[in-house]
Amino acid sequence: MRFVDFAIGLGLCLLGFSAHALEIEEQRSYAGSGPVVVRILSTADLAAFEPFITTFQAQHPEIGVDYTVSSSAEVYRAIQGGARYDVVISSAMDLQFKLANDGFAQTYSSELTDRLPSWARWRDLIFAFTSEPAVAVVSTELFAGLPLPKTRQELIAILRENPERFVGAIGTYDVRTSGLGYLFATQEARISDAYWRLSEVMGRLDPALYCCSGQMIDDVSEGRLALAYNVLGSYADQRLAEPGNGGMQIIEFDDFDNVMLRTAIIPKTVTAPQEAGLFIDTMLATGLRQNQDDWVLPPLAASNTQQLSFGPIRLGPTLLVYLDPLNRRAFLESWQDAVEQGL
Amino acid sequence: MTPNSSISRRLTFLLACVAAVLSVLSWYMVTEFARQAAERTQDNILEAAATIIAEALRSEDGEVRLELPYSAFSMLGAISEDRVFYHVATGTETLTGNAPINANLTAPTTGQTALDTITYQAEPVRVASVTRVILNNQAPVPVTVSVGQTRNGVSLIANDLSRTAGIFSIAFFVLAVGLSAIVARTSLRQLKVIAEAVGRRGPSDLRPLRHPAPEELAPLMVALNSLIDRLARSLRQSEDFITEAAHRVRTPLATVRAQAEVALRRVESADEKQRMRQIIRAVDESSRSAGQLLDHATVAYRAENVPDNRVDLAFVAKVATDALQPTADMKDIDIGLRTEETVVLGDRVLLESALRNVLDNAVKYSPPETSVSVTVFKADGFGQITVSDHGPGLGTAPYDRYTNRFQRGENVGGTVGSGLGLTIAKDVVVAHRGTIELTDNEGSGTCVSLILPLA
Amino acid sequence: MRYLLVEDNQELAEAVVNRIELDGHAVDHAASLAQASDCLAAADYDLILLDVMLPDGDGRDFLATRRDVSETPVIVLTARSQISDRVGALDQGADDYITKPFDFAELEARCRAVLRRRGGAAKNEVKIGTATFDLTNGTLRVGDDIIELRNRELRLLEVFVRNAGQILSKTQLVDRMFSYDAEVTENAIEVYVGRLRKKLTRAGARIETVRGLGYRLHGS
Repeated sequence: MRFVDFAIGLGLCLLGFSAHALEIEEQRSYAGSGPVVVRILSTADLAAFEPFITTFQAQHPEIGVDYTVSSSAEVYRAIQGGARYDVVISSAMDLQFKLANDGFAQTYSSELTDRLPSWARWRDLIFAFTSEPAVAVVSTELFAGLPLPKTRQELIAILRENPERFVGAIGTYDVRTSGLGYLFATQEARISDAYWRLSEVMGRLDPALYCCSGQMIDDVSEGRLALAYNVLGSYADQRLAEPGNGGMQIIEFDDFDNVMLRTAIIPKTVTAPQEAGLFIDTMLATGLRQNQDDWVLPPLAASNTQQLSFGPIRLGPTLLVYLDPLNRRAFLESWQDAVEQGL
Repeated sequence: MTPNSSISRRLTFLLACVAAVLSVLSWYMVTEFARQAAERTQDNILEAAATIIAEALRSEDGEVRLELPYSAFSMLGAISEDRVFYHVATGTETLTGNAPINANLTAPTTGQTALDTITYQAEPVRVASVTRVILNNQAPVPVTVSVGQTRNGVSLIANDLSRTAGIFSIAFFVLAVGLSAIVARTSLRQLKVIAEAVGRRGPSDLRPLRHPAPEELAPLMVALNSLIDRLARSLRQSEDFITEAAHRVRTPLATVRAQAEVALRRVESADEKQRMRQIIRAVDESSRSAGQLLDHATVAYRAENVPDNRVDLAFVAKVATDALQPTADMKDIDIGLRTEETVVLGDRVLLESALRNVLDNAVKYSPPETSVSVTVFKADGFGQITVSDHGPGLGTAPYDRYTNRFQRGENVGGTVGSGLGLTIAKDVVVAHRGTIELTDNEGSGTCVSLILPLA
Repeated sequence: MRYLLVEDNQELAEAVVNRIELDGHAVDHAASLAQASDCLAAADYDLILLDVMLPDGDGRDFLATRRDVSETPVIVLTARSQISDRVGALDQGADDYITKPFDFAELEARCRAVLRRRGGAAKNEVKIGTATFDLTNGTLRVGDDIIELRNRELRLLEVFVRNAGQILSKTQLVDRMFSYDAEVTENAIEVYVGRLRKKLTRAGARIETVRGLGYRLHGS
């Protein structure tokens, strides 16, 4: 098992984690009438994901579900470390892809996987079931009097022209700790030069750095932040729908969308492969529906109906590029130079 | 011939076998070609990716640095959904990578690309390696970039093409079998044509077959012709036998006749002369009978298979008239010939013989210094040869009597004749789907008409 | 006239030779194709009488090879009477054919017809009064005028010419002139002599009636 050691070592090294137990954010068990339990490791908040579990158990009441939430980096580390789960769900496409590419995923195929569009799957290893754009969220109060930017160029201009209003009032992912943040940042940097200019402008405004979309959205809705850049649209929509959140607006830029596909794999360490497959099928059936209805997580069709300039981030070996430790080091150096200047 | 030995079926089967071999061969070749093409494509892309990565290597602050080019991985992702592995090493030290795919590879010499297939995680992985020397701290450092990819895409493409080729091969095979059947039947049609050509022949037609035939059938034609030849020879032998028999009879008759003529000149007494004349007449009668019998047999034989040759009755009349002119001259009988081109279908030899027999009768039974007229003309879709004489006429007997064998007219007196002449003529005309008419020639003499359908 | 008879049957050949010589012609006899070739090399003939069945070959093959070399007309003597056989002989270059047994009068008529058709044969002419009679082809001319003779008149004239100066009885004339398939009366002879006599007056020749004996031609 030399290659496993190698891979583990490389993984730990590249993500800068020391060997420690999985950091669990949430966990919940849903008992089934039978003894079999599907163990799911996921980055999705329970609040957002619970409808899937409910739907699944309605179809298969005999199967219990154990749902564990952790960060994308933690999820990746755990699976690479051989943790025993049946389904792994993550918003960090690159890490999911790397798991599949590097041989940590089990193949699975069913009628539903065959129905997925080609961009929503990679071989029989990795399956997308949502398509979620990165958006900006602004506080209506703190943004008052300013035009809402339609492109990143306009946002840069607004930030430059109103530094006093935005100092310390901008939030974005800390790409060093957030897998999703790193994915959004690297993809945006690849697509547009505006990313680095925006990062520099934000860097001068002493941005607050976050691990997760939820906290950023909380801070905007509570007036601590004027702008949260690159948060998950799905979470923002959900928060906006809650009562008493009228002081917040969602901006989807016209220049390009950064659309993430939430993906699932069945790890090689699966103990209940048949049930894991059934669970994947439930997710895909939901993902293949045409309308979002009152679900938090949007269906795959969401990225079809919106006119995307680039389409969702592509599932493929290019996702490996920015996960390479050398590239990651170089990117993070540039990012730090831009975002953490002079403080 | 049993149905099992049908040449058509055997030919079809053989051609189908050939088609099957060709189908399998073409399928194999296409599959092999597709696999090689897919493999070569992958090799090219792996080489390109490795090269692009190697070119991105640089030395910075005393260490070898690398920013993986997005395009290298973009290329790898473009052709197939194959797992991608890469490994960059300076000497034995790993610089970066996601799998130790260079473990069993020997680093290629600088500027060269090495390709190899290794097994990684129980899967075959194709690996391209490039070594580049980077100057680091003034010291040259060889850096080896290896890029690997599983081969699912290759097999997928190869299998796809192989399946397509398979479908084509099967379609080709089915088509080829169909065509084989057609070809077999078409080729054998030649055989059938020859068979029909043989079948159409009359029993007496023993000319060699001249039908154009494919060279493959040449041996058959040769065999057939040699059979016909042998048949003809054996038939000729029986003809020769008859001829020989006739010769044997006729030659002594001729001798007797010649001697009788000589004797007739030399004897003085009227009685003797009379006896000699009787001898001569007897000889003539028997020879004429023999001739007509033989003619009749020949006509009966040939009439079974009358060919459809175009025959001009005017020509037939001319030939028959010319042949009998000297005989007619002996009695100062004029043969008047009036013809127009009148083409019928049939056997020239038979028609000549019919007319000659009619004309022979006319000349024989006409008194000296009279005339016989031969007319050939067309009327109402029929061609007609009419021979009128000023002989004794037919008397009152019904016409059928004269055309039955050995019946002679009532009034022929001492004239030599066997009575077969009209029978021969009738047989010939009937064989040509025609009719024969006998009428009185305006009070004196006979008028015989041979009426035949025009061509 | 000089004939070549090619016939392998000795008796028939003798009879034919005798018979032809009766009419005053010369006949050579060859019993095989080889002998026939020898004869043809040694002498010129006016006509060849050719049997088709010979010990050393088929007369028709001989015809086919002879035809290029010799212009001598050929009459084929055949014992066959098969229809196609007769035509075959003509196709292969015979001028005429006659079936055995044959009437010599008819043979003579055919010979004359052949010679007349061929023309150009050696002339065998006799003078009758002021007229010229060609025995080979049977034409009688005064100057450039041809005196038309019917066949029986011609044969009668021939008989007189070949027996020049002789008195020929009616019986003799009947024997020589007619074939034997018809009864010919001596009265008929008187009719023909009468006609011929009339035609010969133009040539200044005459046929004398010798009472009780027969006729004699004067002027030849």
